[in-house]
Amino acid sequence: MLLNETRIASYFQIQAMIMGCGTSIETENQGKPSAADGPSKNPSPALTMKAAILIQRWYRRYIAQLEMRRRCTWNIFQSIEYAGEQDQLQLSSFFTFMLDNFTHLNGNGPDLISHLLDSVVEPWTEEGRQAKYEQISVPESYTGPRLTFPLSTTDANNLLTAVKEQKTLHARYVLQLLHETKKFLKQMPNVIYLSTAYAKEITICGDLHGRLDDLLLIFYKNGLPSAENPYIFNGDFVDRGKKSMEIVIILFAFLLLYPDHMHLNRGNHEDHIMNLRYGFTKEVMQKYKTHGRDILKLLQDVFSLLPIATVIDNKVLVVHGGISDRTDLDFLSTIERYKVKSALRLPRCSLEQLELGAGTRQGRAQLGSPYSQGRASRSTRKRKGYLARQSSCSSTSSSSSSSSSLCSPCISSLNTPRRNTPSPCNLPSPSGVLQVPFLDSFVSIAPPEPTREELEWRQVVDILWSDPKIQNGCTPNTFRGGGCYFGPDVTQNLLEKHGLKLLIRSHECKQEGYEICHDGQVITIFSASNYYEEGSNRGAYVKLGPGLVPRFFQYQVSRSTRKLTLQQRVNVAEGSALKALQEKLYAHRSELMTAFQQYDENNTGSISIGDWAQVVESVLRLDLPWRTLRPRLARLAPDGSVDYESCFEDVSPGQPVPQVTPNFAETLYRYRTDLEIIFNIMDKDNSGLISIEEFRQTWRLFNSHLGVDVDDHAIDEMARIIDFNKDGSIDFNEFLEAFRVVHKLDVKEQ
Amino acid sequence: MAEDRENAEAIISEVHKKISDAFDVFDHERNKTVDVREIGTIIRSLGCFPTEGELQEFITEIEEEEATGYIRFERFLPTMTKLLMERKFRPIPEDLLLQAFEVLDQEKKGHLGTEELTKYMTQDGEPFTQEEMEEMLSAAADPDKNVIFYKDFVSMLTVDDK
Repeated sequence: MLLNETRIASYFQIQAMIMGCGTSIETENQGKPSAADGPSKNPSPALTMKAAILIQRWYRRYIAQLEMRRRCTWNIFQSIEYAGEQDQLQLSSFFTFMLDNFTHLNGNGPDLISHLLDSVVEPWTEEGRQAKYEQISVPESYTGPRLTFPLSTTDANNLLTAVKEQKTLHARYVLQLLHETKKFLKQMPNVIYLSTAYAKEITICGDLHGRLDDLLLIFYKNGLPSAENPYIFNGDFVDRGKKSMEIVIILFAFLLLYPDHMHLNRGNHEDHIMNLRYGFTKEVMQKYKTHGRDILKLLQDVFSLLPIATVIDNKVLVVHGGISDRTDLDFLSTIERYKVKSALRLPRCSLEQLELGAGTRQGRAQLGSPYSQGRASRSTRKRKGYLARQSSCSSTSSSSSSSSSLCSPCISSLNTPRRNTPSPCNLPSPSGVLQVPFLDSFVSIAPPEPTREELEWRQVVDILWSDPKIQNGCTPNTFRGGGCYFGPDVTQNLLEKHGLKLLIRSHECKQEGYEICHDGQVITIFSASNYYEEGSNRGAYVKLGPGLVPRFFQYQVSRSTRKLTLQQRVNVAEGSALKALQEKLYAHRSELMTAFQQYDENNTGSISIGDWAQVVESVLRLDLPWRTLRPRLARLAPDGSVDYESCFEDVSPGQPVPQVTPNFAETLYRYRTDLEIIFNIMDKDNSGLISIEEFRQTWRLFNSHLGVDVDDHAIDEMARIIDFNKDGSIDFNEFLEAFRVVHKLDVKEQ
Repeated sequence: MAEDRENAEAIISEVHKKISDAFDVFDHERNKTVDVREIGTIIRSLGCFPTEGELQEFITEIEEEEATGYIRFERFLPTMTKLLMERKFRPIPEDLLLQAFEVLDQEKKGHLGTEELTKYMTQDGEPFTQEEMEEMLSAAADPDKNVIFYKDFVSMLTVDDK
């Protein structure tokens, strides 16, 4: 025992010498055995202190390693999430591409186009819908809540009980609830001005994303909404989580019950195209097989009618995403918000350009646009004849000074650089550059002035999609593909302009559930705990009391009763993130292998770590610390270089893939989600089936838009193979199932 | 000679990349700066075991003249490279860690009580915050018996994660 103490003491001596600083504390036992025999009962205080420091040093290092892993994992999840959102914009640009090219298709395009046009129909013309839900009969056997309108607190309580007992509200009541909500929201302004005069405090909640448990926890901790307990829910109620429908039902019910004390802001996920991708549409279709489509249509209207912003006591602005240097609350108050159905659908000018094409379509009859100033330039364009358009963003015609740049989403083609080099770009009318015939040559002209509709759309997108940043200025948010990054100066200017003192927003997941930035002027509040993975983050809500001083309340829903240690939480989250990365690698296998082999001149099967990291980063286009991640993703060869094929070892197709070329299969795997969305749109009657011809046409168009090189023969072959019933239609869910992957390690565990 | 120099350059290049990767994880704005409060985590994750005092000295060295709360990569890289090449703040041998616990375990029981350990960690050396203490206890303490079997704990702390 003595020897240990001596050793520790002498260790510190050595350390001190190396560090070049003397220690003022001498140890008594340095170098000589103690006079006493046997172990000493009381080590000197100096030694105790040194032992303590040693343990603390080690422990802090251990925690730092966990923190590094946790942070890395977080970055992975965020990168993949935002890359997904960028892909979403790509899908939207595909829709635009289809609309643009509609005139070049022979005859009618696939039904997809008429579906897209359908969705632009105005809500005002659908009064006939009201009669519909009245005709739906509710069977005697139904044990869920039966609502009566106007709603009472009994109805609200019944709804709460029902969701806790996992009872589904009958479609008839859902439709009725949505109808009443729509009626109510129509008379609300875009920006709601609240006063906290009567209530003591107001509670603001952030993203819920279908996590019912979090909502119920908030109600449990903080009480139900009422006149004495007002709430603002700041958007993103749906998508990702599995109980989005339940959440909107409850929120809308309370909205109708306490119209002056319950307020909902629109989020970027209150958007039917986002819902197609991120799960809400699927959830609705699964829970409501017969009436799902009607419910979704009504939801679309309701979402577009949600207010954009709330202002408390003329001092606190609450919006879902953020602001830009163009944000103007007065202008926002005047716009027709319902026209912005989706941030990912361009304003109607793209449809009006279809007037160049043949045929009348039902949608266009409703395009009674009152925007005269836009008209003149469009008709001028028409007179000039043939137009060749590109749907990609042109950086040549953009302004680049950061303080006055137009902050707007960039419709990115595949080759647009992502996060690292934000390129300021002009508002995407579908044309980046117009080529106009002038005498014998084509002349480039600048795109026309944005129409009022485009301006309105841009303002809304900024509000719903922007994120704060630390540096001054306002730049396009290329990470997400929509909205802006706004700096403290932008915040300061806006608050000053409108006499406000605080901006509360959501939209970003924060580990503690909330975050304060811009010198206390911006609060981010996020209410979905465990957003990325069990244990990944807390949720929080904020209460503003007299004087509007914020108080934060945090919580975390837990599946298990025993609290996980930090290490366990990090392990779980990390495992999840790594799996997601492995799937990404798998989805780009061919491209990666080609690139790897270029570096592997001697065909050894391995390349340097640096080269491996470089290839992965450029192919996947995810800005992550690949060298640090490498040990978890790929094996080393005996000489210390990376065995690059080992990246693909742990992931394999779930079922035998139909006999198609590997490249094709991989492309299908990569765009699985997009295809699912497209098929769902095309499947008008929700049968799960689309015709072979529709599949063929859509796939061809999608391919040519993506620039993927798949020949027609492969497509036909694929169509033939998947026509399982040989009746000319395919069950696309079955088809997509073939392209799920499994992780080999999971399989082993089973 | 030239070969040696090439090797040396290659080694330094690798070190630079490692440092850069670790730095980037906390560079949220993608502008090669990190919050000064994350420097400790970065240094430690690169394999160093500084005390809090040593850490503070390091930060003072690389901070701007007028503290902005941010550390720039240009200042971090050379100092950190030197640290790694000179092997300053070397890892503490694992058996020493065990012996440190044994020093605290005056009665040589083979375990420490939670109050005992809390007292040492929050009063001696460079004291833990309450949060640090709670986290350590949640990881280290046997939930039923409310003691820390430090031998097991040391094994856990010293698992190499490379």
